[in-house]
Amino acid sequence: MRIAMGLRAGLLSLALLAALLLVWQVAVGGIARTEAMDPEYAALMGQTATTGKSAMPGPMDVAATLWKHLKDPFYDHGPNDKGLGIQLAYSVSRVALGYGLAVLVAIPVGFLIGMSPLMSRALDPFIQILKPVSPLAWMPLALYTIKDSSLSAIFVIFICSLWPMLINTVFGVSGTRREWLNVARTLEVGPVRRAFTVILPAAAPTILTGMRISIGIAWLVIVAAEMLVGGTGIGYFVWNEWNNLSITNVITSILVIGLVGMVLDQGLARAQRLVTFPE
Amino acid sequence: MSTLLPFARRPRPAPAGAGRAPSAERFISIEGIARRYPAPGGRATTIFENLWLPVRRGEFVCMVGHSGCGKTTVLNILAGLDAPSEGTVIVDGQAIGGPSLDRAVIFQGHALLPWRSVLGNVAYAVSSRWPRAKRAEVEARARKAIATVGLAGSEHKRPAELSGGMKQRVGIARALSIDPKILLMDEPFSALDALTRGTLQDEVRRICIETGQTVFMITHDVDEAIYLADRIVLMTNGPEAKVAEIVENPLPKARDRTQLHHAPGYYALRNHLMDFLVTRSKTLRDEGMPAGYDPRRPPVIRPALSEADAAAIAGAGPDILRA
Repeated sequence: MRIAMGLRAGLLSLALLAALLLVWQVAVGGIARTEAMDPEYAALMGQTATTGKSAMPGPMDVAATLWKHLKDPFYDHGPNDKGLGIQLAYSVSRVALGYGLAVLVAIPVGFLIGMSPLMSRALDPFIQILKPVSPLAWMPLALYTIKDSSLSAIFVIFICSLWPMLINTVFGVSGTRREWLNVARTLEVGPVRRAFTVILPAAAPTILTGMRISIGIAWLVIVAAEMLVGGTGIGYFVWNEWNNLSITNVITSILVIGLVGMVLDQGLARAQRLVTFPE
Repeated sequence: MSTLLPFARRPRPAPAGAGRAPSAERFISIEGIARRYPAPGGRATTIFENLWLPVRRGEFVCMVGHSGCGKTTVLNILAGLDAPSEGTVIVDGQAIGGPSLDRAVIFQGHALLPWRSVLGNVAYAVSSRWPRAKRAEVEARARKAIATVGLAGSEHKRPAELSGGMKQRVGIARALSIDPKILLMDEPFSALDALTRGTLQDEVRRICIETGQTVFMITHDVDEAIYLADRIVLMTNGPEAKVAEIVENPLPKARDRTQLHHAPGYYALRNHLMDFLVTRSKTLRDEGMPAGYDPRRPPVIRPALSEADAAAIAGAGPDILRA
């Protein structure tokens, strides 16, 4: 029954995709030639106007571009012409660095806050005020203090990944069942061993949820941050292709950004399944 | 024997502070403890105060009383999970200052760590008790404790795969595995169905008799108390609960759960306990304790036996219970 369901869902997905591509193709294909216009005006308007074809690329154009990028993802022809693979590698490594730093800060600090009601109350106003700030609002401050655009992007990723992980770690740690803590207490388990053998496993599913939210936000923000700081990365690539008026490349990038985001999310979802325990 | 060496009892510091030699009569000595909680209006609600209770070494004591009389608080204080507002508890000649591996707790809700297997849960306790023991020794000891409660073969199951009764068995195995001086049980069987409860009561009784374990148990169930306990502590209703009396169980040590209600003296004891729970626990609180009540020495009672019961016990000895 479940297999049948999966099969049916898969078929439906394919049908929807086909319909979408068809609508896309028809919408950008142009149906009829525009009426004859003054040749000089037509020349000014470019070929698309005279053939009635939209400037918007069709699915076949995007597929061709995608294939071209996939065939040679790592070429480097100077600062404005790098392969999609290289640009993605820049973005992913920035996210990895900023996100990794955020993990290193958020989880220990989250433990501290979660285990101490005093710290929890004292730090709550800071978290509440800093959490809703758009990560990009930190950008000027980062550029001014760090004086390096690439590091600033990493800092912005750090700051936007921090809050969901911190808040979820606090929530997970402070929500550790009293009875499990009492087991550790009656067994005279020391604070460090207790943190690693009782609180960490108990809070792990909640912490992983926070990490999953964070990686999603980080991947959203890196595109915007790279549009601002420029130079390298998938966000810069999108902006650069917009300036080149290469809508084909922009759409291709959108697809690739979505795919990478999905891979990052699924990786953490898998990790989350590993630490989740049935009760 | 050398392989068992890591499991030898840890050297214990000499009794300090108490200034009194531990005696078999007062292996556990609850001395004048009180527990108060802040109440609205700046006053404090007293759950109980000036509570004194001795427990002998190797004795099985059940505490019986209505909800709110502070039974669980007493047990938590014994476990070291809660601190008394006043007074002290002395165990084996030493005042307790917190939780200890000497006092194992079997929790009402089994409190197994769900991310660990059965073996992992028990081994966690064993390795806490003997931190320097080798992995194989820890595992061997954990397996032995699991086998004692009849769960051999389920070592690698997760708690989620076990029934309620099996989970509680793991809880018992975990408590026994650390070789405690005292076993503390907080209504351990109350969440189980009657059949499972009976089987587990049998197991606990067998294990406690075999090991000579000192046990302090809280229960709502009069029949459970009669079957398991050597002495039954009756608490009046809270707040300001008191130890009304300590009832000696007149039934012989050799008991058969299924034949218990035919045992001479059974009904005298049961009626005494039921009368207490139904009426006296309330009247004693409302009308005050009888004259001459000394909280330091709660009266010890042996329910009056009918002549037939007395004759039966004197004549036939424990064998009558096996009939």
